Amino acid sequence: MSADVLCSVRNLIVEYSTRAGAVRAVDNVSLDIRRGEILGLVGESGCGKSTLGKALMRLHTGAARITQGELWFDGRDLMKLSEREMPDVRGAEIGMVFQDPMTSLNPVQRIMDHLTETMRTHEPEVSEAAARGRANELVERLGIRRERLHEYPHQMSGGMRQRVMISLALALRAKLVIADEPTTSLDVIVEAKFLDLLKELQKEFGLTILLITHNIGVVAEVADRVAVMYAAKMAEVGDVREVFADPKHPYTQGLLRSVPNIALDGAELYKMEGAPPNLLHPPVGCRFAPRCPHVMDVCRRQEPSFDPVGEGDHLAACWLFNEAAVAREKSHA
Amino acid sequence: MPDLNLAGISRGAGNGAPADLVRLENVRKHFPLQSGLLANLLNRGHVPAVKAVDGVSLSIKRGEVFGLAGESGSGKSTVGRLVLNLFPPTEGRVFFDGQDLSRLSAEEMRKLRSRMQIIFQDPMASLNPRMTIGDAIGHPVWIHVTGDPEKRRQVVTEILEKVGLAPANQFYDKFPHQISGGQRQRIVIARALVTVPDLVVADEPVAMADVSVRTLLLELMMRLKGELNLTYLFVTHDLATAKYVCDRIAIMYLGKLCEVGPLDDVYRHPGHPYTRALLEAVPVPDPRHRRKEPMPAGEIPSAINPPSGCRFHPRCPIARANCAVDEPVLRELRPGHFMACHYAEEVLK
Repeated sequence: MSADVLCSVRNLIVEYSTRAGAVRAVDNVSLDIRRGEILGLVGESGCGKSTLGKALMRLHTGAARITQGELWFDGRDLMKLSEREMPDVRGAEIGMVFQDPMTSLNPVQRIMDHLTETMRTHEPEVSEAAARGRANELVERLGIRRERLHEYPHQMSGGMRQRVMISLALALRAKLVIADEPTTSLDVIVEAKFLDLLKELQKEFGLTILLITHNIGVVAEVADRVAVMYAAKMAEVGDVREVFADPKHPYTQGLLRSVPNIALDGAELYKMEGAPPNLLHPPVGCRFAPRCPHVMDVCRRQEPSFDPVGEGDHLAACWLFNEAAVAREKSHA
Repeated sequence: MPDLNLAGISRGAGNGAPADLVRLENVRKHFPLQSGLLANLLNRGHVPAVKAVDGVSLSIKRGEVFGLAGESGSGKSTVGRLVLNLFPPTEGRVFFDGQDLSRLSAEEMRKLRSRMQIIFQDPMASLNPRMTIGDAIGHPVWIHVTGDPEKRRQVVTEILEKVGLAPANQFYDKFPHQISGGQRQRIVIARALVTVPDLVVADEPVAMADVSVRTLLLELMMRLKGELNLTYLFVTHDLATAKYVCDRIAIMYLGKLCEVGPLDDVYRHPGHPYTRALLEAVPVPDPRHRRKEPMPAGEIPSAINPPSGCRFHPRCPIARANCAVDEPVLRELRPGHFMACHYAEEVLK
């Protein structure tokens, strides 16, 4: 693992057991998160992006189980830690911001108490007064007046609650923040301000952020790199500018062309026909093959590997970039 | 009406029908925070109220897609419900096809309801989980068109195929949980259109759908609009999606219209600082794109005690002293394009 990688997922499988059988929501996925970057993880509902985010903290219980894989975080494999050691990682080293902050904050606890309690749980040596001081400093940095810390969550707006969630991660000096649809319940102007704040925090605190979202525009705005998931698999990963300028995987190509763009004149939205497969019975070979406009014979037989496809660290799982496979296809035709 | 023969219903603008299908005249809708006799006595008739819609006038032309956009709490959904007379306005009048809705009897209103329908954001919440798809779509047919079960089935089959759920037999006896989210929203669209309404209020109809499904739903809605001569009131918070479907758009802020006009003109030449900020805030799916202007300070204030004068003045980057006092009116500064800002001329430069 090279030094600039903070978190490295290797061959991860997460399974949900259902009455109809086991479903792999994340199926053999590998991904690196680099220190200090904002990595956008995108995909449509059910592609496994949120399951992957939760797996990084080993938050799965009940029907979900990590059945295979390594989770390297800051030099150690989290999969090797005991269940008792995990709470020291969760919150303290990896923070999380969810879509609906109202459900993540205690409705009968004042914001100040929530912040100080969290700090002192993870760092018992910190005094109450010191914790309060740190909370005051932080929220002010995030644009919330100190007085408001004595309010309850319902007295704050959605944007403020989301900033409180971020302040929790900062208060504990988390190395990685997993933000799962953090702006989805916010209005556009509040969203724009929250995204600006994320960028500032990334620079100021060297924060590493995994931003999970279905909103391609949000990723374009703040992410340094982007990872695209489709049907429990990683389809493409790369520098955000490169992937948006030159998407390699046909799914990424279709996805980007079907996003409404307010800055473009007159362009038509692309219609991607079909729907993602049922993960109880995923198709053999490439999972996008049934919907792919460039499908070849091999795509329906064999799964493509996740390989470099261009400049730098641009990776994609598509047979079109395997010259031998394309040549074979042509000779058959 | 084109080839469609849904239960033999045929309608459309006759001669002399007003060009405006919907007209709102200075409509207000205030929701009292407490109600009842006691509250009235205690507060001496001045019960505090949420001023959800506070003096809106607009008209929707027959056959157009009229967008109504704004943030949460702007009053856009309340306007949609007022248009359908789901509740009466506190003040002002709502006209549908020239008729003042407040003057209609319950029976007349019931008859008119088949001509106005609504599509909500969440199809799972709009469909009865214990009703089959055939029954759900057949219900309005039963109420408004025919009690004959054979004929009903025929009408439902026809509309199912029209919304792309063919063969209809595969869907007729299914329950909402047995189909995908995109298919569910198609069912909701089918149910709204089965009485062949004149007006459809679409309240965030694609906000829950994934991008690839969203495109298909919008395309379907636009195709059916042409085939059935529909008029849409498209209520949305998503200005990027609105761009692909709306002919005209109105922007709401705290119960008032700040701008209304042809979509292209509003997007290219916004005359209200709030419209400008909203357009600027929309995330653009291009990493090279950078926002040019800072976002307005603060957040949308309470609709119980909205700011005096121009409601946007506490957050406005170009506000001056008179903005806190004088309320701006909509002025037509470009053809068909109205803006409610004292300094719209400056913004337009």
